[in-house]
Amino acid sequence: MRISKRVTNTLLVILLAALTALFILPIIIVLMNSFKGQFYISAEPFKLPSPDTFVGLENYISGIQKIGFFSALGYSLFITVFSVLTILLFTSMASWYLARVRTRTTKIIYYVLIFSMIVPFQMVMFTMSKIANVLHLENPIGIILIYLGFGAGLSVFMFYGFIRSIPLAIEEAAEIDGCTPPQRFFYVILPILKPISITVAVLNAMWVWNDYLLPLLVIGSKYRTIPVAVQYLQGGYGSRDMGALMAMLVLAIIPIVLFYALMQKHIIRGVVAGAVKG
Amino acid sequence: MQRSLRKYAWLFLLPTLIAFVIAFLVPFVMGVGLSFTEFTTVTDAKFVGISNYIKAFAANSDFLNAFRFTAKFTVVSVLSVNLLAFILALLLTKGLRGTNFFRTAFFMPNLIGGIVLGYIWQLIINGILAARGVDLTYSAQYGFWGLVVLMNWQMIGYMMIIYVAGLQNIPHELHEVAAIDGASGWQTLKNITLPLVMPSVTICTFLTLSNSFKMFDQNYALTAGAPGKQTQMMALDIYNTFYGSIGQEGVGQAKAVVFFILVALLALLQMRLTRRKEADV
Repeated sequence: MRISKRVTNTLLVILLAALTALFILPIIIVLMNSFKGQFYISAEPFKLPSPDTFVGLENYISGIQKIGFFSALGYSLFITVFSVLTILLFTSMASWYLARVRTRTTKIIYYVLIFSMIVPFQMVMFTMSKIANVLHLENPIGIILIYLGFGAGLSVFMFYGFIRSIPLAIEEAAEIDGCTPPQRFFYVILPILKPISITVAVLNAMWVWNDYLLPLLVIGSKYRTIPVAVQYLQGGYGSRDMGALMAMLVLAIIPIVLFYALMQKHIIRGVVAGAVKG
Repeated sequence: MQRSLRKYAWLFLLPTLIAFVIAFLVPFVMGVGLSFTEFTTVTDAKFVGISNYIKAFAANSDFLNAFRFTAKFTVVSVLSVNLLAFILALLLTKGLRGTNFFRTAFFMPNLIGGIVLGYIWQLIINGILAARGVDLTYSAQYGFWGLVVLMNWQMIGYMMIIYVAGLQNIPHELHEVAAIDGASGWQTLKNITLPLVMPSVTICTFLTLSNSFKMFDQNYALTAGAPGKQTQMMALDIYNTFYGSIGQEGVGQAKAVVFFILVALLALLQMRLTRRKEADV
Protein backbone atom coordinates (compact mmCIF):
# COMPACT_ATOMS: atom_id res chain seq x y z
CA MET A 1 0.00 0.00 0.00
CA ARG A 2 2.64 2.48 1.04
CA ILE A 3 4.93 1.59 -1.86
CA SER A 4 2.14 1.83 -4.41
CA LYS A 5 1.22 5.24 -3.05
CA ARG A 6 4.79 6.41 -3.42
CA VAL A 7 4.85 5.17 -6.99
CA THR A 8 1.62 6.99 -7.88
CA ASN A 9 2.91 10.16 -6.24
CA THR A 10 6.13 10.01 -8.22
CA LEU A 11 4.15 9.44 -11.39
CA LEU A 12 1.93 12.41 -10.56
CA VAL A 13 4.94 14.65 -10.00
CA ILE A 14 6.33 13.56 -13.37
CA LEU A 15 2.97 14.27 -14.98
CA LEU A 16 2.82 17.72 -13.39
CA ALA A 17 6.37 18.48 -14.45
CA ALA A 18 5.48 17.53 -18.03
CA LEU A 19 2.38 19.76 -17.88
CA THR A 20 4.44 22.63 -16.51
CA ALA A 21 6.88 22.24 -19.37
CA LEU A 22 3.94 22.32 -21.78
CA PHE A 23 2.68 25.50 -20.11
CA ILE A 24 6.02 27.27 -20.39
CA LEU A 25 6.74 25.97 -23.87
CA PRO A 26 4.90 28.67 -25.87
CA ILE A 27 7.06 31.34 -24.25
CA ILE A 28 10.23 29.33 -24.89
CA ILE A 29 9.26 28.95 -28.54
CA VAL A 30 8.78 32.70 -28.90
CA LEU A 31 12.14 33.29 -27.22
CA MET A 32 13.80 30.81 -29.57
CA ASN A 33 12.28 32.41 -32.65
CA SER A 34 13.32 35.88 -31.58
CA PHE A 35 16.88 34.91 -32.53
CA LYS A 36 15.98 33.63 -36.00
CA GLY A 37 15.88 35.59 -39.24
CA GLN A 38 12.36 36.89 -39.92
CA PHE A 39 11.78 34.68 -42.96
CA TYR A 40 12.60 31.49 -41.07
CA ILE A 41 9.99 31.99 -38.37
CA SER A 42 6.58 31.36 -39.92
CA ALA A 43 7.82 28.43 -41.98
CA GLU A 44 9.52 26.47 -39.20
CA PRO A 45 8.61 27.95 -35.82
CA PHE A 46 9.50 24.81 -33.87
CA LYS A 47 13.07 24.45 -35.11
CA LEU A 48 15.95 25.69 -33.03
CA PRO A 49 18.02 28.47 -34.59
CA SER A 50 20.77 27.01 -36.79
CA PRO A 51 23.90 28.76 -38.05
CA ASP A 52 21.90 29.59 -41.20
CA THR A 53 18.94 31.11 -39.42
CA PHE A 54 20.55 32.63 -36.32
CA VAL A 55 20.71 36.43 -36.47
CA GLY A 56 21.80 37.34 -32.94
CA LEU A 57 20.15 40.47 -31.60
CA GLU A 58 19.16 41.84 -35.00
CA ASN A 59 15.41 41.38 -34.35
CA TYR A 60 15.70 43.13 -31.03
CA ILE A 61 17.49 46.11 -32.52
CA SER A 62 15.09 46.52 -35.43
CA GLY A 63 12.03 45.95 -33.23
CA ILE A 64 13.15 48.47 -30.64
CA GLN A 65 13.64 51.06 -33.37
CA LYS A 66 10.41 50.31 -35.22
CA ILE A 67 8.06 50.64 -32.27
CA GLY A 68 10.15 52.90 -30.05
CA PHE A 69 10.23 50.23 -27.38
CA PHE A 70 12.00 52.23 -24.70
CA SER A 71 9.63 55.17 -24.88
CA ALA A 72 6.73 52.68 -24.77
CA LEU A 73 8.30 51.10 -21.68
CA GLY A 74 8.64 54.56 -20.16
CA TYR A 75 5.01 55.48 -20.84
CA SER A 76 3.78 52.13 -19.56
CA LEU A 77 5.79 52.44 -16.36
CA PHE A 78 4.82 56.07 -15.79
CA ILE A 79 1.12 55.53 -16.41
CA THR A 80 0.93 52.33 -14.38
CA VAL A 81 2.85 53.60 -11.35
CA PHE A 82 1.09 56.94 -11.10
CA SER A 83 -2.37 55.59 -11.89
CA VAL A 84 -2.01 52.99 -9.15
CA LEU A 85 -0.74 55.54 -6.61
CA THR A 86 -3.52 57.98 -7.50
CA ILE A 87 -6.16 55.26 -7.28
CA LEU A 88 -4.83 54.07 -3.91
CA LEU A 89 -4.80 57.52 -2.34
CA PHE A 90 -8.08 58.93 -3.61
CA THR A 91 -10.26 55.84 -3.55
CA SER A 92 -9.17 54.93 -0.01
CA MET A 93 -10.08 58.47 1.08
CA ALA A 94 -13.44 58.31 -0.67
CA SER A 95 -14.14 54.85 0.74
CA TRP A 96 -13.49 56.01 4.27
CA TYR A 97 -15.86 58.92 3.86
CA LEU A 98 -18.54 56.73 2.28
CA ALA A 99 -18.18 54.10 5.01
CA ARG A 100 -18.29 56.55 7.91
CA VAL A 101 -20.83 59.15 6.75
CA ARG A 102 -23.97 57.13 6.15
CA THR A 103 -26.56 59.31 4.46
CA ARG A 104 -28.82 58.69 1.49
CA THR A 105 -26.40 60.60 -0.76
CA THR A 106 -23.37 58.55 0.23
CA LYS A 107 -25.32 55.33 -0.25
CA ILE A 108 -26.34 56.38 -3.75
CA ILE A 109 -22.76 57.34 -4.59
CA TYR A 110 -21.55 53.97 -3.33
CA TYR A 111 -24.05 52.01 -5.39
CA VAL A 112 -23.36 54.01 -8.56
CA LEU A 113 -19.64 53.28 -8.10
CA ILE A 114 -20.34 49.57 -7.64
CA PHE A 115 -22.61 49.63 -10.68
CA SER A 116 -19.72 50.84 -12.86
CA MET A 117 -17.93 47.54 -12.18
CA ILE A 118 -20.33 45.56 -14.33
CA VAL A 119 -20.35 47.94 -17.30
CA PRO A 120 -18.18 46.66 -20.16
CA PHE A 121 -15.68 49.10 -21.61
CA GLN A 122 -17.28 49.02 -25.07
CA MET A 123 -20.34 50.73 -23.60
CA VAL A 124 -18.46 53.93 -22.84
CA MET A 125 -15.35 53.78 -25.03
CA PHE A 126 -16.54 56.08 -27.79
CA THR A 127 -18.09 58.81 -25.65
CA MET A 128 -15.31 58.60 -23.07
CA SER A 129 -12.55 59.09 -25.63
CA LYS A 130 -14.42 62.05 -27.12
CA ILE A 131 -14.76 63.65 -23.69
CA ALA A 132 -11.10 62.99 -22.90
CA ASN A 133 -10.30 64.78 -26.14
CA VAL A 134 -12.44 67.81 -25.39
CA LEU A 135 -10.94 68.11 -21.90
CA HIS A 136 -7.38 67.71 -23.24
CA LEU A 137 -6.75 64.57 -21.27
CA GLU A 138 -5.06 62.86 -24.24
CA ASN A 139 -1.62 62.74 -22.60
CA PRO A 140 0.13 60.46 -20.09
CA ILE A 141 -0.97 62.64 -17.18
CA GLY A 142 -4.57 63.13 -18.27
CA ILE A 143 -5.05 59.40 -18.73
CA ILE A 144 -4.31 58.93 -15.03
CA LEU A 145 -7.54 60.79 -14.26
CA ILE A 146 -9.39 58.42 -16.59
CA TYR A 147 -7.88 55.42 -14.83
CA LEU A 148 -8.90 56.86 -11.46
CA GLY A 149 -12.47 57.15 -12.72
CA PHE A 150 -12.53 53.64 -14.17
CA GLY A 151 -10.67 52.00 -11.32
CA ALA A 152 -12.85 53.65 -8.68
CA GLY A 153 -15.59 50.99 -8.70
CA LEU A 154 -13.53 47.95 -7.77
CA SER A 155 -11.13 49.86 -5.53
CA VAL A 156 -13.86 51.57 -3.50
CA PHE A 157 -15.68 48.25 -3.22
CA MET A 158 -12.61 46.58 -1.72
CA PHE A 159 -11.56 49.44 0.57
CA TYR A 160 -15.13 50.01 1.73
CA GLY A 161 -15.60 46.40 2.80
CA PHE A 162 -12.32 46.47 4.70
CA ILE A 163 -12.99 49.81 6.42
CA ARG A 164 -16.41 48.62 7.62
CA SER A 165 -14.60 45.92 9.61
CA ILE A 166 -12.38 48.44 11.45
CA PRO A 167 -13.89 49.19 14.89
CA LEU A 168 -15.11 52.75 15.26
CA ALA A 169 -13.63 52.94 18.77
CA ILE A 170 -10.15 53.49 17.33
CA GLU A 171 -11.28 56.59 15.49
CA GLU A 172 -13.32 57.85 18.41
CA ALA A 173 -10.25 57.65 20.63
CA ALA A 174 -8.28 59.63 18.05
CA GLU A 175 -11.04 62.23 17.90
CA ILE A 176 -11.06 62.64 21.66
CA ASP A 177 -7.32 63.17 21.47
CA GLY A 178 -8.04 66.11 19.21
CA CYS A 179 -7.35 64.68 15.73
CA THR A 180 -9.06 66.46 12.84
CA PRO A 181 -10.65 64.18 10.20
CA PRO A 182 -7.65 64.40 7.83
CA GLN A 183 -5.33 63.54 10.71
CA ARG A 184 -7.58 60.65 11.66
CA PHE A 185 -7.44 59.30 8.16
CA PHE A 186 -3.74 59.72 7.47
CA TYR A 187 -2.36 58.79 10.89
CA VAL A 188 -4.87 56.23 12.11
CA ILE A 189 -6.76 54.65 9.21
CA LEU A 190 -4.22 54.65 6.39
CA PRO A 191 -1.68 52.45 8.23
CA ILE A 192 -4.43 49.92 9.00
CA LEU A 193 -5.31 49.77 5.30
CA LYS A 194 -1.91 48.37 4.28
CA PRO A 195 -2.93 44.76 3.50
CA ILE A 196 -5.97 45.73 1.44
CA SER A 197 -3.94 48.46 -0.28
CA ILE A 198 -1.51 45.85 -1.57
CA THR A 199 -4.40 43.84 -3.00
CA VAL A 200 -5.94 46.90 -4.64
CA ALA A 201 -2.53 47.93 -6.01
CA VAL A 202 -1.83 44.51 -7.53
CA LEU A 203 -5.22 44.28 -9.21
CA ASN A 204 -5.01 47.77 -10.66
CA ALA A 205 -1.38 47.41 -11.74
CA MET A 206 -2.16 44.23 -13.69
CA TRP A 207 -5.11 45.90 -15.35
CA VAL A 208 -3.42 49.19 -16.29
CA TRP A 209 -0.16 47.59 -17.45
CA ASN A 210 -1.89 45.18 -19.84
CA ASP A 211 -4.69 47.48 -20.93
CA TYR A 212 -4.86 47.95 -24.67
CA LEU A 213 -8.04 49.61 -25.87
CA LEU A 214 -8.24 52.49 -23.39
CA PRO A 215 -4.71 53.84 -23.98
CA LEU A 216 -5.11 53.24 -27.72
CA LEU A 217 -8.27 55.34 -27.91
CA VAL A 218 -7.25 58.07 -25.46
CA ILE A 219 -3.54 58.65 -26.15
CA GLY A 220 -2.68 56.09 -28.85
CA SER A 221 -2.04 58.56 -31.66
CA LYS A 222 0.79 60.27 -29.79
CA TYR A 223 1.90 58.01 -26.95
CA ARG A 224 2.17 54.26 -27.28
CA THR A 225 2.21 52.01 -24.23
CA ILE A 226 3.72 48.51 -24.62
CA PRO A 227 0.53 46.66 -25.69
CA VAL A 228 -0.30 49.44 -28.17
CA ALA A 229 3.27 49.39 -29.50
CA VAL A 230 3.23 45.60 -29.98
CA GLN A 231 -0.04 45.84 -31.90
CA TYR A 232 1.35 48.75 -33.94
CA LEU A 233 4.09 46.47 -35.26
CA GLN A 234 1.36 44.28 -36.66
CA GLY A 235 -0.79 46.91 -38.30
CA GLY A 236 1.60 49.62 -39.38
CA TYR A 237 3.46 47.77 -42.12
CA GLY A 238 2.50 46.10 -45.36
CA SER A 239 4.37 42.89 -44.62
CA ARG A 240 4.95 42.36 -40.98
CA ASP A 241 8.37 41.69 -39.55
CA MET A 242 7.97 38.40 -37.67
CA GLY A 243 11.47 38.67 -36.21
CA ALA A 244 10.81 42.05 -34.66
CA LEU A 245 7.43 40.83 -33.42
CA MET A 246 9.01 37.86 -31.62
CA ALA A 247 11.69 40.06 -30.05
CA MET A 248 9.11 42.59 -28.86
CA LEU A 249 6.91 39.85 -27.38
CA VAL A 250 9.93 38.71 -25.37
CA LEU A 251 10.66 42.26 -24.20
CA ALA A 252 7.00 42.75 -23.29
CA ILE A 253 7.02 39.60 -21.14
CA ILE A 254 10.28 40.30 -19.28
CA PRO A 255 8.93 43.11 -17.02
CA ILE A 256 5.95 40.91 -16.10
CA VAL A 257 8.17 37.97 -15.19
CA LEU A 258 10.38 40.22 -13.07
CA PHE A 259 7.37 41.75 -11.31
CA TYR A 260 5.98 38.27 -10.69
CA ALA A 261 9.28 36.99 -9.32
CA LEU A 262 9.52 39.89 -6.87
CA MET A 263 5.90 40.08 -5.77
CA GLN A 264 4.68 36.52 -6.23
CA LYS A 265 3.02 36.09 -2.84
CA HIS A 266 1.27 39.46 -2.95
CA ILE A 267 0.10 38.90 -6.51
CA ILE A 268 -1.44 35.52 -5.82
CA ARG A 269 -3.01 36.66 -2.57
CA GLY A 270 -4.32 39.83 -4.20
CA VAL A 271 -5.79 38.00 -7.15
CA VAL A 272 -7.57 35.50 -4.91
CA ALA A 273 -8.96 38.26 -2.68
CA GLY A 274 -10.07 40.22 -5.74
CA ALA A 275 -11.80 37.20 -7.24
CA VAL A 276 -13.60 36.25 -4.07
CA LYS A 277 -14.86 39.76 -3.44
CA GLY A 278 -15.38 40.91 -7.01
CA MET B 1 -17.95 62.14 14.61
CA GLN B 2 -19.89 62.17 11.37
CA ARG B 3 -20.48 65.90 11.70
CA SER B 4 -16.81 66.84 11.89
CA LEU B 5 -16.07 64.57 8.94
CA ARG B 6 -18.84 65.98 6.73
CA LYS B 7 -17.09 69.31 6.56
CA TYR B 8 -14.33 67.53 4.67
CA ALA B 9 -16.49 65.93 1.97
CA TRP B 10 -14.79 68.02 -0.70
CA LEU B 11 -11.37 66.71 0.30
CA PHE B 12 -12.23 63.04 0.61
CA LEU B 13 -14.86 62.56 -2.05
CA LEU B 14 -14.28 65.15 -4.71
CA PRO B 15 -11.13 63.83 -6.48
CA THR B 16 -12.61 60.36 -7.01
CA LEU B 17 -16.03 61.73 -7.92
CA ILE B 18 -14.72 64.19 -10.50
CA ALA B 19 -12.70 61.46 -12.21
CA PHE B 20 -15.63 59.06 -12.02
CA VAL B 21 -18.07 61.55 -13.52
CA ILE B 22 -15.69 62.41 -16.38
CA ALA B 23 -14.46 58.91 -17.16
CA PHE B 24 -17.60 56.92 -16.51
CA LEU B 25 -20.85 58.58 -15.56
CA VAL B 26 -21.16 61.20 -18.29
CA PRO B 27 -19.90 58.82 -21.04
CA PHE B 28 -22.34 56.17 -19.84
CA VAL B 29 -25.39 58.46 -19.86
CA MET B 30 -24.35 59.97 -23.19
CA GLY B 31 -23.82 56.49 -24.57
CA VAL B 32 -27.34 55.43 -23.73
CA GLY B 33 -28.74 58.62 -25.25
CA LEU B 34 -26.63 58.44 -28.41
CA SER B 35 -27.79 54.90 -29.13
CA PHE B 36 -31.09 56.46 -30.21
CA THR B 37 -29.44 58.92 -32.59
CA GLU B 38 -27.37 59.14 -35.72
CA PHE B 39 -24.03 60.86 -35.14
CA THR B 40 -20.41 61.04 -36.13
CA THR B 41 -18.95 63.50 -33.62
CA VAL B 42 -21.37 63.43 -30.66
CA THR B 43 -22.38 67.08 -31.23
CA ASP B 44 -24.23 66.41 -34.50
CA ALA B 45 -26.60 63.79 -33.07
CA LYS B 46 -30.03 63.44 -34.73
CA PHE B 47 -32.77 61.48 -33.00
CA VAL B 48 -33.73 58.36 -34.96
CA GLY B 49 -35.70 56.32 -32.43
CA ILE B 50 -34.84 52.65 -32.23
CA SER B 51 -33.64 52.29 -35.82
CA ASN B 52 -30.07 51.64 -34.65
CA TYR B 53 -31.28 48.69 -32.63
CA ILE B 54 -33.27 47.38 -35.57
CA LYS B 55 -30.16 47.61 -37.77
CA ALA B 56 -28.04 45.86 -35.14
CA PHE B 57 -30.45 42.93 -35.04
CA ALA B 58 -31.10 42.70 -38.77
CA ALA B 59 -31.34 39.07 -39.89
CA ASN B 60 -27.93 37.46 -40.26
CA SER B 61 -26.24 40.63 -39.07
CA ASP B 62 -22.61 40.62 -37.93
CA PHE B 63 -23.85 41.30 -34.44
CA LEU B 64 -26.02 38.19 -34.26
CA ASN B 65 -23.22 36.08 -35.73
CA ALA B 66 -20.83 37.54 -33.18
CA PHE B 67 -23.31 36.75 -30.43
CA ARG B 68 -23.60 33.13 -31.53
CA PHE B 69 -19.83 32.78 -31.78
CA THR B 70 -19.32 34.43 -28.39
CA ALA B 71 -21.95 32.25 -26.72
CA LYS B 72 -20.43 29.06 -28.15
CA PHE B 73 -16.95 30.13 -27.18
CA THR B 74 -18.06 31.07 -23.67
CA VAL B 75 -19.75 27.74 -22.99
CA VAL B 76 -16.76 25.70 -24.20
CA SER B 77 -14.22 27.85 -22.32
CA VAL B 78 -16.12 27.92 -19.05
CA LEU B 79 -16.45 24.13 -19.04
CA SER B 80 -12.90 23.33 -20.14
CA VAL B 81 -11.14 25.94 -17.99
CA ASN B 82 -13.01 24.97 -14.83
CA LEU B 83 -12.71 21.23 -15.32
CA LEU B 84 -8.97 21.38 -15.97
CA ALA B 85 -8.33 23.95 -13.25
CA PHE B 86 -10.21 21.83 -10.73
CA ILE B 87 -8.26 18.68 -11.60
CA LEU B 88 -4.99 20.60 -11.31
CA ALA B 89 -6.09 22.02 -7.96
CA LEU B 90 -6.85 18.50 -6.68
CA LEU B 91 -3.37 17.35 -7.74
CA LEU B 92 -1.73 20.39 -6.19
CA THR B 93 -3.33 19.97 -2.76
CA LYS B 94 -2.01 16.44 -2.25
CA GLY B 95 1.22 17.68 -0.69
CA LEU B 96 3.31 16.44 -3.61
CA ARG B 97 6.90 17.51 -4.03
CA GLY B 98 7.35 20.73 -6.05
CA THR B 99 3.76 21.86 -5.51
CA ASN B 100 4.73 25.49 -5.02
CA PHE B 101 6.81 25.58 -8.17
CA PHE B 102 4.00 24.05 -10.23
CA ARG B 103 1.47 26.54 -8.91
CA THR B 104 3.75 29.44 -9.73
CA ALA B 105 4.31 28.21 -13.27
CA PHE B 106 0.65 27.50 -14.04
CA PHE B 107 -0.40 30.93 -12.84
CA MET B 108 2.18 32.85 -14.87
CA PRO B 109 0.33 33.18 -18.23
CA ASN B 110 -2.48 34.99 -16.43
CA LEU B 111 -0.24 38.00 -15.91
CA ILE B 112 0.51 38.46 -19.61
CA GLY B 113 -1.71 40.90 -21.49
CA GLY B 114 -4.22 39.79 -24.11
CA ILE B 115 -2.46 41.33 -27.11
CA VAL B 116 0.84 39.59 -26.32
CA LEU B 117 -0.97 36.31 -25.60
CA GLY B 118 -2.73 36.55 -28.94
CA TYR B 119 0.51 36.83 -30.89
CA ILE B 120 2.25 34.07 -28.92
CA TRP B 121 -0.53 31.66 -29.84
CA GLN B 122 -0.77 32.89 -33.39
CA LEU B 123 2.82 31.76 -33.87
CA ILE B 124 2.24 28.36 -32.22
CA ILE B 125 -1.06 27.55 -33.93
CA ASN B 126 0.06 28.72 -37.36
CA GLY B 127 3.20 26.63 -36.86
CA ILE B 128 1.12 23.53 -36.19
CA LEU B 129 -1.29 24.24 -39.05
CA ALA B 130 1.64 24.79 -41.43
CA ALA B 131 1.98 21.00 -41.55
CA ARG B 132 -1.36 20.95 -43.38
CA GLY B 133 -0.37 23.92 -45.53
CA VAL B 134 -2.97 26.26 -44.00
CA ASP B 135 -3.14 28.90 -41.29
CA LEU B 136 -5.60 30.41 -38.80
CA THR B 137 -7.39 32.43 -41.45
CA TYR B 138 -8.32 29.28 -43.38
CA SER B 139 -11.32 28.19 -41.33
CA ALA B 140 -13.40 29.59 -38.48
CA GLN B 141 -12.98 26.25 -36.70
CA TYR B 142 -9.25 26.88 -36.31
CA GLY B 143 -9.88 30.35 -34.91
CA PHE B 144 -12.50 29.04 -32.52
CA TRP B 145 -10.35 26.30 -31.05
CA GLY B 146 -7.33 28.58 -31.08
CA LEU B 147 -9.22 31.02 -28.87
CA VAL B 148 -10.33 28.19 -26.59
CA VAL B 149 -6.75 26.95 -26.18
CA LEU B 150 -5.54 30.50 -25.54
CA MET B 151 -8.27 31.10 -22.96
CA ASN B 152 -7.41 27.85 -21.20
CA TRP B 153 -3.74 28.74 -21.12
CA GLN B 154 -4.53 32.12 -19.64
CA MET B 155 -7.24 31.23 -17.14
CA ILE B 156 -6.46 27.72 -15.85
CA GLY B 157 -3.75 28.89 -13.47
CA TYR B 158 -5.92 31.68 -12.09
CA MET B 159 -8.93 29.43 -11.47
CA MET B 160 -6.66 26.72 -10.08
CA ILE B 161 -5.43 29.16 -7.40
CA ILE B 162 -9.01 29.91 -6.34
CA TYR B 163 -9.89 26.21 -6.25
CA VAL B 164 -6.75 25.48 -4.22
CA ALA B 165 -7.82 28.11 -1.66
CA GLY B 166 -11.27 26.53 -1.52
CA LEU B 167 -9.90 23.00 -1.14
CA GLN B 168 -7.54 24.04 1.63
CA ASN B 169 -10.50 25.38 3.61
CA ILE B 170 -12.04 21.92 3.90
CA PRO B 171 -11.35 20.55 7.39
CA HIS B 172 -8.92 17.66 7.18
CA GLU B 173 -10.96 15.54 9.60
CA LEU B 174 -13.78 15.16 7.09
CA HIS B 175 -11.51 13.26 4.72
CA GLU B 176 -10.18 11.12 7.55
CA VAL B 177 -13.67 10.23 8.72
CA ALA B 178 -14.65 9.35 5.17
CA ALA B 179 -11.58 7.11 4.86
CA ILE B 180 -12.41 5.34 8.12
CA ASP B 181 -15.97 4.77 6.91
CA GLY B 182 -14.46 3.11 3.86
CA ALA B 183 -15.49 5.72 1.27
CA SER B 184 -13.75 5.37 -2.08
CA GLY B 185 -11.83 8.27 -3.58
CA TRP B 186 -14.67 8.99 -5.97
CA GLN B 187 -17.29 8.92 -3.21
CA THR B 188 -15.23 11.32 -1.10
CA LEU B 189 -14.86 13.67 -4.05
CA LYS B 190 -18.55 13.58 -4.91
CA ASN B 191 -20.03 13.72 -1.41
CA ILE B 192 -17.52 15.77 0.56
CA THR B 193 -15.09 17.73 -1.58
CA LEU B 194 -17.43 18.97 -4.30
CA PRO B 195 -20.27 20.21 -2.06
CA LEU B 196 -17.77 22.06 0.12
CA VAL B 197 -16.03 23.84 -2.75
CA MET B 198 -19.28 24.94 -4.39
CA PRO B 199 -18.67 28.59 -3.42
CA SER B 200 -15.37 28.45 -5.33
CA VAL B 201 -17.12 26.79 -8.27
CA THR B 202 -19.62 29.65 -8.43
CA ILE B 203 -16.88 32.28 -8.26
CA CYS B 204 -14.76 30.60 -10.93
CA THR B 205 -17.69 29.91 -13.22
CA PHE B 206 -18.71 33.54 -13.29
CA LEU B 207 -15.16 34.84 -13.56
CA THR B 208 -14.49 32.71 -16.63
CA LEU B 209 -17.97 33.47 -17.93
CA SER B 210 -17.55 37.24 -17.83
CA ASN B 211 -13.93 37.11 -19.02
CA SER B 212 -14.85 34.93 -21.99
CA PHE B 213 -17.96 36.89 -22.85
CA LYS B 214 -16.19 40.26 -22.79
CA MET B 215 -12.99 39.10 -24.48
CA PHE B 216 -11.46 41.60 -26.89
CA ASP B 217 -7.64 41.82 -26.92
CA GLN B 218 -6.99 38.11 -27.47
CA ASN B 219 -9.59 37.95 -30.23
CA TYR B 220 -8.19 41.07 -31.89
CA ALA B 221 -4.60 39.81 -31.88
CA LEU B 222 -5.15 36.12 -32.64
CA THR B 223 -7.66 36.18 -35.50
CA ALA B 224 -8.99 39.75 -35.81
CA GLY B 225 -12.20 38.01 -36.91
CA ALA B 226 -10.64 36.11 -39.82
CA PRO B 227 -11.70 34.42 -42.00
CA GLY B 228 -13.99 37.29 -42.95
CA LYS B 229 -15.81 38.17 -39.76
CA GLN B 230 -16.48 34.58 -38.78
CA THR B 231 -14.43 34.55 -35.58
CA GLN B 232 -15.45 38.02 -34.49
CA MET B 233 -16.72 38.18 -30.92
CA MET B 234 -19.19 40.79 -29.66
CA ALA B 235 -16.66 43.24 -28.24
CA LEU B 236 -14.66 43.17 -31.47
CA ASP B 237 -17.80 43.58 -33.57
CA ILE B 238 -18.73 46.70 -31.57
CA TYR B 239 -15.21 48.06 -31.99
CA ASN B 240 -15.28 47.47 -35.74
CA THR B 241 -18.71 49.06 -36.06
CA PHE B 242 -17.37 52.22 -34.40
CA TYR B 243 -13.92 52.43 -35.91
CA GLY B 244 -13.88 50.11 -38.90
CA SER B 245 -16.83 51.47 -40.86
CA ILE B 246 -18.17 54.89 -41.75
CA GLY B 247 -21.37 56.44 -40.41
CA GLN B 248 -22.19 53.47 -38.16
CA GLU B 249 -21.47 55.10 -34.79
CA GLY B 250 -25.13 55.06 -33.75
CA VAL B 251 -25.42 51.36 -34.56
CA GLY B 252 -22.19 50.69 -32.68
CA GLN B 253 -23.53 52.46 -29.61
CA ALA B 254 -26.80 50.54 -29.79
CA LYS B 255 -24.83 47.28 -29.97
CA ALA B 256 -22.81 48.44 -26.97
CA VAL B 257 -25.99 49.05 -24.96
CA VAL B 258 -27.26 45.55 -25.78
CA PHE B 259 -23.86 44.12 -24.85
CA PHE B 260 -23.95 45.99 -21.55
CA ILE B 261 -27.42 44.66 -20.75
CA LEU B 262 -26.29 41.07 -21.40
CA VAL B 263 -23.23 41.48 -19.17
CA ALA B 264 -25.35 43.11 -16.45
CA LEU B 265 -27.84 40.24 -16.56
CA LEU B 266 -25.02 37.75 -16.04
CA ALA B 267 -23.74 39.79 -13.09
CA LEU B 268 -27.22 39.95 -11.52
CA LEU B 269 -27.62 36.21 -11.93
CA GLN B 270 -24.30 35.68 -10.19
CA MET B 271 -25.30 37.97 -7.32
CA ARG B 272 -28.54 36.09 -6.76
CA LEU B 273 -26.81 32.71 -6.82
CA THR B 274 -24.08 33.81 -4.41
CA ARG B 275 -26.58 35.36 -2.03
CA ARG B 276 -28.63 32.19 -1.90
CA LYS B 277 -25.56 30.05 -1.27
CA GLU B 278 -24.53 32.28 1.60
CA ALA B 279 -27.99 32.06 3.14
CA ASP B 280 -27.81 28.26 3.04
CA VAL B 281 -24.58 28.03 4.99
